[in-house]
Amino acid sequence: MAQPDPNQEQAPLQELRPAWSLPAGAGAEISLPVEWPGEVTREWAWGGSTGKGVRVCILDSGVDADHPLVGEVQDSVAVSLGENDEAIIAPDTEGDLCGHGTACAGIVRSLAPDCDLTSVRVLGAGFTGSGDILLAGLRWAVEQGFDVVNMSLSTTKRQFAGILHELTDRAYFRRTVLVASAHNMPVESYPWRFSSVISVGSHEEPDPLTFFYNPDPPVEFFARGVDVEVAWTGGARIRCTGNSFATPHMTALCALVLGKHADLTPFQLKSVLYLTSSNVGGGR
Amino acid sequence: MSEELKAAVAAGVVGSEETFRSLLQSVVEVARAIFGAQASSIFLLDEENDELVFEAIAGPGADTLIGQRFPSSTGIAGWVLVTRQPLVIENVTEDPRFAKGFAETTGYVPKGLMAVPLLHEERVLGVLEVLDRPQRSQFSLVEMDLLGLFANQAAIALDLLRRARRAEAVLAASGDGADVLARLATTVEGLDDEQRAAGLRLLGAVEEVLKRDEGG
Repeated sequence: MAQPDPNQEQAPLQELRPAWSLPAGAGAEISLPVEWPGEVTREWAWGGSTGKGVRVCILDSGVDADHPLVGEVQDSVAVSLGENDEAIIAPDTEGDLCGHGTACAGIVRSLAPDCDLTSVRVLGAGFTGSGDILLAGLRWAVEQGFDVVNMSLSTTKRQFAGILHELTDRAYFRRTVLVASAHNMPVESYPWRFSSVISVGSHEEPDPLTFFYNPDPPVEFFARGVDVEVAWTGGARIRCTGNSFATPHMTALCALVLGKHADLTPFQLKSVLYLTSSNVGGGR
Repeated sequence: MSEELKAAVAAGVVGSEETFRSLLQSVVEVARAIFGAQASSIFLLDEENDELVFEAIAGPGADTLIGQRFPSSTGIAGWVLVTRQPLVIENVTEDPRFAKGFAETTGYVPKGLMAVPLLHEERVLGVLEVLDRPQRSQFSLVEMDLLGLFANQAAIALDLLRRARRAEAVLAASGDGADVLARLATTVEGLDDEQRAAGLRLLGAVEEVLKRDEGG
């Protein structure tokens, strides 16, 4: 999906509102490309969508592109640090070093079969520097203008919180939706706690399309994350539990909705997810 | 560091590694028992060498694996460490690559495992794993919470162990024998009444000899 450049797109209007305000009579210039129905249903939101044209990034341990549940992977890169701690983004020649990235890719593919998948491997270069690598990987993903980035990972280091916050906000304004795993344990970690991302915890229902809006944040949505059959390295399928498997379910839903309504902003997309969640209007 | 402070630190540190190791061992044994699992282990992150080290094991491998090392950011323990996210996996042996790697390390191939990061404040200190719960005992989020509680306990024990080791290293590096004296004091403290009295008499005699040499 072509990524709009927010600066270019808004330039004429910005000239009219130097202080980020809307002058009198300029309301008509803010047109919404998406026609909203009276009632947002799942059929309206993603009925008939396969995620085609939506660019999804899996920020994880790499993806095993040969796995039949994963299908085609458009691009695979690995992030490492150079001698002066500069980020190096290079083609990934090692594939999945754990299995987790393959699992996430397989879940997304199962629900959004025609989306584009890109793997950004931020694991495997050692624990030391892993926070910097995570940041560099996310920064690269945001710069590439992916539509959705799946982040089944977090950092507990406060030193990264500020820069991560800036990055997630930048993604939000550039229309890159970050979907991040909430922590399974009561600890402070990032970026899932930031309101500019879609944060995901687990529920125990077996249906992959059952998801709940949580009116008691910071976790905003609960998706399937218990006893999920997933793809793993070596062509295997195994059963897994954890918020990190709930997250790609929401990523896939984002891809489905954007496949049908490409112009939605992250705010609008989150609103659609709210209106179609199983405890709000999801039955309709 | 003043002599008094050094002596106080030494007295607090020497011998504590053994106590903290017992605490870690107790955590893995209770975790194994509560989950009805075949094995449980705790890995300590050695940041200097970027490796995970087997620090405590209940079940197969308990006699042979302590101290064994492997790279910090590969495999399931590595993923859990780097991402700070817990993970529960069933039928692990269906992944031939994983089975091979794990078997080479441990001689034991699990069919399923739960792995959780050991977090203390903002640091990640290691990983706790519970291997092979009973087949088809349904996993639920309640068990995930339980796993998190064990992880908290293990993280505190691991933090104490790391501190004790660091303090011992500092004392040993100071080169004035404070660690030896403190260890001696701890040993005497641990004796029964009769042995302690004899030990103290012997040490008193040694002191007399040393003072005589100093004077002469």
